This record gives sequence, C-alpha cells and structure tokens, in this order.
Amino acid sequence: MLWPELERYDFGRSLWRELDTLQRDMNRLFSSYGERTEADFPSVNLWAGENDAVLTAELPGINSEDIDISVHDNSLTLNGSRKAEELKEGETYHRQERNSGQFSRIVRLPFKVDESKVNANYKNGVLEITLPRAEEDKPRKIAVKAV
Amino acid sequence: MSSKEAIQKQETKTPEGVERTKAKRTFAPVVDIIETEKEIVLMADMPGVDENSVDITLEKNVLAINGGVEEKAYEGHSLAYSEYRTGDYARSFTLADEIDKDNIKATVKNGVLRLVLPKAKPAAKKIAVKAA
Repeated sequence: MLWPELERYDFGRSLWRELDTLQRDMNRLFSSYGERTEADFPSVNLWAGENDAVLTAELPGINSEDIDISVHDNSLTLNGSRKAEELKEGETYHRQERNSGQFSRIVRLPFKVDESKVNANYKNGVLEITLPRAEEDKPRKIAVKAV
Repeated sequence: MSSKEAIQKQETKTPEGVERTKAKRTFAPVVDIIETEKEIVLMADMPGVDENSVDITLEKNVLAINGGVEEKAYEGHSLAYSEYRTGDYARSFTLADEIDKDNIKATVKNGVLRLVLPKAKPAAKKIAVKAA
C-alpha cells in the first residue's frame, strides 16, 4: 500500500489556492522551522497498517469524557480541554509549566475512514484511536487472465 | 493551550560530561508546583506512566522523579508519521522548605503525577526578642 506522508495537496483545489498554501508553507518553513504552534496540539503519531491506522496522542490529565473525537471521510478532529488547577486563598504557584484550556486539532489521513468502526481508548494519559480504512476505499485487486 | 515548550517535549539535561547508562531518551516532565499553607503540591505531566513505573526519591533536599515508559509498537503497523517521541522521564528539584518525609503522598492519574509534600513543623522553638 502506498503511504505518503500525511498528504497535503488535494488536486481538486484550484491552482491559486495551491500556490497560496505553498507560499504559506514556505514562509512557515523559513520563519520557524521545527517550531509548532497551538494548532498542532496535541502532537500525534500515526502508525500505519494494512487495513487501518492507529493514531496516538499524549494528553495527560484529561478525563476521557472531556475528549471529543469526530471522524469524517479522511479527516479526524480532536477537541477537548484541560481544566486549570483552582487555587484557594493563600496558595501560590512556584512554577506553572503545564498548560490548560481548550484544544482543537484536525488531522488528515491518507485514506477514507470507516466511521462506524473507529475505536478510541485513553490510558495513562495516552489517547489511542484505531481508524479502519473504509471498505470502498480499499484498493481493488484485479486479476489478470491469460487469454 | 500555549507556548511551544509545552507542546514539544524537552529532553532532560544532564551535567556536562555525564551520560546515562541507558541509551533510551529521557524527557523532563513539565510541572506545576503550588505552595499552600501546610504543603507543597507538585504535579508532573508524564503520559504513559502508571503507579508502578514511577519512582520518587527524596534524599536530603533533592527530590528526584523518575518514570519509565515502555516503548509501544503496534504489530503489523509501522510508524508512518511522528510528531512526538517517547522515552523515560526524569527531573529533580531542590526543596527549600523542610519536608515531613514520612508523610509524602504520591498518586498517578491519567498520566499525571501528583505529589503532596507536607511541610515539617518547625523543630526549633522561636525565641521572642524583647526590647531591653
């Protein structure tokens, strides 16, 4: 199976928009190479298999009911929030490095997902989503007959 | 969510010339430290760690947090795209206050370590200074 990097180009779009995207990507590449922004939270890893993919993300300290996952065609959306610690009177922060607040991330997958068979579990702060490839999206094998 | 530091995991710093014996990557977990009237509460983000794989030591005034994470591989799958790496966690802190070492409580939930360090009652008696 062909596994491109998370595909970026959709040839259905017009050339102008394509150039626009390219320019943005180039700007991003030169101005902040390697840096990632809020829109890239949480970081994800994608494991590719023959008929499915497993997406993992590190989301410590979130209740599983506060994570909202939706899948449509080949895009996966992760929404959620982490509550900040509420300080009582007389309590002070010595350090505050952990982030809180809302997050939203959209990941484009290299294939169409069977939405009804998506499975997600959350353990020890790691989210794991299994995304089976839609049946109609799977490549067809074509038998070659000898004449 | 903000700041790129928290989005990208930072590897644990080691003193110059000192290397770890394990060739595994080690990250410094991000922490919140809150001081209350009676205790110091430390919370550390350590995704992948559970109550059995975290190890905390307090020697003199140095609090060391270590967490082991097993590298997970999915059978029949290959890592096609990666934004974060996994590895162990290690970070140490020097504590300023006297801590009641026998009553430290540690819990791990959803990959977050929560350490409650009660402050020790002052052992020395305060001596009031009177104006002569």
